[in-house]
Amino acid sequence: MAWETVMGLEVHVELATKSKIFCSCTTEFGGEPNTHCCPICTGMPGTLPVVNKQVVNYAMKAGMALNCEITRYNKFDRKNYFYPDLPKAYQISQLYLPICRNGRVPIEVDGIKKDIRIHEIHMEEDAGKLIHDDFNDETKCDYNRCGVPLIEIVSEPDFRSADEVIAYLEKLKSTLEYLGVSDCKMQEGSMRADVNLSVRQAGSEEFGTRTEMKNLNSFKAIAKAINYEAKRQIDVIERGGKVVQETRRWDDNKDKSYAMRSKENAEDYRYFPEPDIPPIEIDDDWYNANLASLPEFADAKRARYVSEFGLPEYDAGIITTQKALADFFEETTAICGKPKEVSNWIMGELMRLLGENDAETKDMKLTPKALATLIELVEKKTINRNKAKEIFAIAFKEDLDVAKYVKDNNLEQVSDEGLVKEIVDKVIENNPQAVDDYKSGNKKAIGFLMGQCMKELKGKGDPGVVNKLLSAALA
Amino acid sequence: MDISNLTAVELGAKIKAGELTVKEAVEAALESIEQKDGEINAYITVLKEEALARANEVQRGIDSGKYTSPLAGVPIAIKDNISTKGIKTTCASKILGDFKPPYNATVIDKLNEAGAVIVGKLNMDEFAMGSAGETSYYEPTKNPWDTSRVPGGSSSGAAAAVAAGEAVCALGSDTGGSIRQPASFCGVTGFKPTYGAVSRYGLIAYASSLDQIGPVAKDAADCAAILDVICGRDEMDGTSLDYEHPKYFDSLTGEVGGLKIGIPTQCYGDGLDKDVKSAVLGVAETLKSNGAEVEEFDMPIIDYAVPTYYIIAAAEASSNLSRFDGVKYGFRAEEFEDLTDLYMATRSEGFGDEVKRRIMLGAFALSTGYYDAYYKKALQVKALIKRAFDEAFEKYDIVLFPAAPTTAPKLGESLDNPLKTYLSDIYTVSVNLAGLPGISVPCGFDGNGMPIGAQLVGAPLSDAKILNAAHAYQQLTEYHKQTPDATGKEV
Repeated sequence: MAWETVMGLEVHVELATKSKIFCSCTTEFGGEPNTHCCPICTGMPGTLPVVNKQVVNYAMKAGMALNCEITRYNKFDRKNYFYPDLPKAYQISQLYLPICRNGRVPIEVDGIKKDIRIHEIHMEEDAGKLIHDDFNDETKCDYNRCGVPLIEIVSEPDFRSADEVIAYLEKLKSTLEYLGVSDCKMQEGSMRADVNLSVRQAGSEEFGTRTEMKNLNSFKAIAKAINYEAKRQIDVIERGGKVVQETRRWDDNKDKSYAMRSKENAEDYRYFPEPDIPPIEIDDDWYNANLASLPEFADAKRARYVSEFGLPEYDAGIITTQKALADFFEETTAICGKPKEVSNWIMGELMRLLGENDAETKDMKLTPKALATLIELVEKKTINRNKAKEIFAIAFKEDLDVAKYVKDNNLEQVSDEGLVKEIVDKVIENNPQAVDDYKSGNKKAIGFLMGQCMKELKGKGDPGVVNKLLSAALA
Repeated sequence: MDISNLTAVELGAKIKAGELTVKEAVEAALESIEQKDGEINAYITVLKEEALARANEVQRGIDSGKYTSPLAGVPIAIKDNISTKGIKTTCASKILGDFKPPYNATVIDKLNEAGAVIVGKLNMDEFAMGSAGETSYYEPTKNPWDTSRVPGGSSSGAAAAVAAGEAVCALGSDTGGSIRQPASFCGVTGFKPTYGAVSRYGLIAYASSLDQIGPVAKDAADCAAILDVICGRDEMDGTSLDYEHPKYFDSLTGEVGGLKIGIPTQCYGDGLDKDVKSAVLGVAETLKSNGAEVEEFDMPIIDYAVPTYYIIAAAEASSNLSRFDGVKYGFRAEEFEDLTDLYMATRSEGFGDEVKRRIMLGAFALSTGYYDAYYKKALQVKALIKRAFDEAFEKYDIVLFPAAPTTAPKLGESLDNPLKTYLSDIYTVSVNLAGLPGISVPCGFDGNGMPIGAQLVGAPLSDAKILNAAHAYQQLTEYHKQTPDATGKEV
């Protein structure tokens, strides 16, 4: 019997506004516990929330970028439940009139294109964090995260595979990064995905009973959790059991999920319209200002890199996946005017170093100026390509003034034929065996002699000049 | 010295003229509290040291010309649900018994900037839930006209303190009549401004969409002077209106010529005390004989105001009061097993019966399966009530009806029958549901000598118009100048 997995996603994204959604506290991650909060975000009696307009702008832009309809008259609602990380005992969210609805995200998996429909995007406030101290048998509350603005992007149940889910999340991440509305760091929790999953027999129109999985902290965990949960549900059904509608928590250390609570025990959140915040009315001016501020997104950029800069489709695709990488490419190109060279460095050395260091583009120290200078120095034959790679590796890890570094360390390429000739003569004199080998037909021996010359020149020799003079001397 | 016969504006003028120092005024207020509050119990906290220290500071400010408000140097008392920085703000509840907010309500900052001197925090119904002042955790307040009777509520302390001369003026809050009804029971003037005219920042919420801070004072002119100080858009309150307020005190003319007054017939039917009815209709006669036009009209929707109010207010309250969970501040039960038990024990011990009743009522009205039948329907009726008033104000400048169906009942009567007590809010709650300004002015006495209040209600942001009408009436009458025997009547 063939089974089909059906999934919908609820993705929470922290918005990168400077201040919180309803007060002026900083949204900065970390900080000593309870230092990024005030009477408003800790819900002290008598305080009132006032909406940060930038949050509305960011949510609106996200909606526009994900092809949503913008709800010109939208409202906040209260979701009521008791928990110590929620100091007002209600979360201000949007239920009845969310800011965005009916969106569409195009994805591509193995060359097959598909649209994932967005049900809605709503704005809400984040809760605090609880720290359980088992040693003292205490739970401590840190309210720094209270009131950090979130959007929740709710998809329709349009996913059929983990690959589709990952492609969608990558698309969301890329789009939101391009917008500059979130840094989308899953590790820091600024992007969190909950997966609603059910299984059914292939061809069936009806949905099975679904579970919701939480605590998925990486794309890898999501893929593993999806495959685990689909298999678990199929097993349950094939053994004659029934899937229970419940919330499950993924344990990434044990590669297993555990039931948290079933629908029977689900809370009644007693939603009702938030009376402290007037409805948000988005007039044409406000709407159009956000529409006009939308940046060029990945797909458009990729096409432009191919047509305008002549990059290979594949390279353009890789570079535009991340806004940080595309920005780096464009800024470097703007300085040196050599898009293909820049692209080659990114596709080669930069990708290799990012991979080896498990680093994010936005965290690297390499500046467009540094790479542009390197490219220029290679072009002018001031340094050779191997030396350039060594310098690139240093500039990747520290903010380096490349020109100064080359000068201070005396790394300029030696192209002076007189100087190179002296070295060539010396190497030939000191390596009679290799010279004999070469002359007796072993042409590979020239590589050894070439290496010896470069060693004498401390790696700075212009390979073209060395090769020319060495070949002449051996002839 | 005795300042009890002076209004706030009169007292402020004497201080400005140098006939009286701020210290003398504050000392007189404190002395009056000391003499009378043992019996009346209008105050939860008296700020003796703070007020005296502040008096000197304000005096210097007046002498140097820093304070120019007519309220500079005037002692004022504050209902205990309005946050005062570093000063206990209890909402008359055990659960906030030791709560000192680290911030001032916006109205407190504004009073301070005007040079008013806060002399204490006033008793009230717990979390402003009650119509008699009897749900306070800190014992009921007594009506100064007859201490066997209630002062009304929930701004019980505010009305009683002003009536007894224990405060020159006060700030109360009004969610369903909590300023106007006790003002009526205590023979003082109480004004609920248009919703959004005064910032709610720092007012500990009962029902956010209905709550409004307003003055309780000796007359409408004092109310206007206080409103001048406390009104205005506040960036800290998204529901405060961005509106250029007129100078309320300066625009009091005392003229009512051509003023159109509507009398909704539904407000004068069954259940209305006959003395109250004739006194309130007497207000219409007085204004009419001075040039106003009076006409009766129908407003049948008013019959639905009480159930609508109790669903909306309780629903919001159930959410607003959830934050009192024993985790962060205020009272926490000593004994509990786990987290759920901490919540249950803290809230069971920390809240009084009336608060619990409304939280349960509200949580029920919002719960799955009942939301549409109760809360949603209540919002629809609220819109109809608003529309009925809008239509009335197309024809009339002011609508006139009683503030309460009776005069002050005996202590204990209200607690025995909550439903009956809820129904007695019939004349006040619709004004909150429609967000209108309303004022209660003394207009006579019943057979027992208890004060009666008439209510003048206007369209949104017509605060100046109704303050002026009330002022005009008070220029023509003496009811607001009557004071009770200071020690109260023995019955």
